[in-house]
Amino acid sequence: MPVQNFEELFQQKIDNEIKIEPKDWMPDAYRKTNIRQISQHAHSEIVGMLPEGNWISRAPSLKRKAILIAKVQDEAGHGLYLYSAAETLGMSRDEMINDLHSGKAKYSSIFNYPSLTWADMGAIGWLVDGAAILNQVMLCRTSYGPYARAMVRICKEESFHQRQGFETLLVLSRGTEEQKAMCQDAINRWWWPSLMMFGPRDSESTNSDQSMKWKIKRKTNDELRQNFIDMIAEQIKVLGMTLPDPALKWNEERKHYDFGEIDWNEFWNVVKGNGPCNKQRINARRKAHEDGQWVREAAMAYAEKKQSKTKAA
Amino acid sequence: MKSNLIDYTLHLADTALILSQRNSEWCGHGPILEQDIAITNISLDLLGQARNFYQYAATLTGGEATEDSLAYLRTEREFKNLLLVEQENGDWGQTILRQYLFSQFQYLMFEKLQQCSDEQLAAIASKSIKETAYHLRWSSEWVCRLGDGTKESHERMLLAIEELWRYTGEMFESAVYETIINVASLKEDWMQRVSAVFSEATLPVPENVFMQTGGKKGIHTELLGFMLTELQYVQRTYPGAEW
Ligand SMILES: [Fe+2]
Ligand SMILES: [Fe+2]
Ligand SMILES: [Fe+2]
Repeated sequence: MPVQNFEELFQQKIDNEIKIEPKDWMPDAYRKTNIRQISQHAHSEIVGMLPEGNWISRAPSLKRKAILIAKVQDEAGHGLYLYSAAETLGMSRDEMINDLHSGKAKYSSIFNYPSLTWADMGAIGWLVDGAAILNQVMLCRTSYGPYARAMVRICKEESFHQRQGFETLLVLSRGTEEQKAMCQDAINRWWWPSLMMFGPRDSESTNSDQSMKWKIKRKTNDELRQNFIDMIAEQIKVLGMTLPDPALKWNEERKHYDFGEIDWNEFWNVVKGNGPCNKQRINARRKAHEDGQWVREAAMAYAEKKQSKTKAA
Repeated sequence: MKSNLIDYTLHLADTALILSQRNSEWCGHGPILEQDIAITNISLDLLGQARNFYQYAATLTGGEATEDSLAYLRTEREFKNLLLVEQENGDWGQTILRQYLFSQFQYLMFEKLQQCSDEQLAAIASKSIKETAYHLRWSSEWVCRLGDGTKESHERMLLAIEELWRYTGEMFESAVYETIINVASLKEDWMQRVSAVFSEATLPVPENVFMQTGGKKGIHTELLGFMLTELQYVQRTYPGAEW
């Protein structure tokens, strides 16, 4: 069959909501886009462990410590599923990790912001996991089968994380004056970066059209961002806190919240590597990898010895 | 009598908490993603054990005591954990060896504790021993892998032994409050099992090493103060707040 027909068949499957599986024919660009997106997502889970892992040793109660450790560990698990999903497209985990460390592969910019107080653990869970969920719920229906299935598992845990984050803030919002201030401060610092998680405006986004046609994405950046704002603008009322956007206002006509302009200059700066923690995050990942080199070598050498012993026996 | 039981329970709680705190430092920094998850899992198990022991100690103590007041508001002279578990993570080999030496002890100790006369301690021990069995298997497999892996990993394990062995004697020395089980009686069995694993790992069992002690009595290495400073920082900065 000429490539033309393969492509038509492929698009037909997508249009008919039939999942694409690893062994199916797919256009090169579809494969590449998925590898890029899934590995980037995996890297985000792994780098995302750092700002929160940062507070495990200082968690203010044993219960909070247990919840936080379990959460960060969940993120490691998400990274694992996602690396496996990306591997089905023909790229090894090692290659993906090398691309992360060389700067060739990206991860979500949100993790380039510092986690400064305990309230940040609440704000990250509520806002960052909250923003991630909207994207991930959509991805449960993405056209590439292994990615969609990984997302279904991940989404359950993410919504749990969001509730825990909210609950952490709720306790602070009902606490002492210092705790309330800590809560508001964390919301102020994480609000705008979490809006940036949805990516550039649709008019600026390069890959959007093709990704929609292939049903890799099913909602645009701006749609998802609006959904998020509408959700959070309601939830913040329960906390009795405010969002740091004077332009935020319910628009009766649109049936959506209006909001102020995002600082796109900051967004692109962080993407380009100039965020407050870009350097620390990548250095931490590289160091873990380099320090682990001898461990991986030893494990491999031992496995080989074992294998040749069984063969000899 | 009751104060012995409280102190002993706190000793068990502190040891589990401090090792959990150490292991959790690996979270996000492990050598292999699967092992990052494994060590974090052990940290979480130990934290769960610590909480059970602290909650029991709080009940015994009565008054305003809670698991958090016991973990967050006692000083380095009051903590009763083993010296072994407060030692730094070092490299992966040192962390593995610390875990193995401890888990091998904890397993034997829980075997006895689950049959002890104190119902509550027995219940916690029989619940926890299943986790410990996993920690023991996981860490002993890693001791073999690293001991018998490459030349470099073998040498690193020798260094880890040199670093940690001197803290193992304390496990088998009864503190005044340690009346519920006879830890000295576990020593022979422990030594036999460690020797078997070390021999498979092609590692030597050290002999005639001077043993450092004091943790059970609240005389620690200098490391513990720094750990508690970090662990207790938020609670002590905002006294009385709920989290
Ligand atoms: Fe996640
Ligand atoms: Fe996440
Ligand atoms: Fe999450």
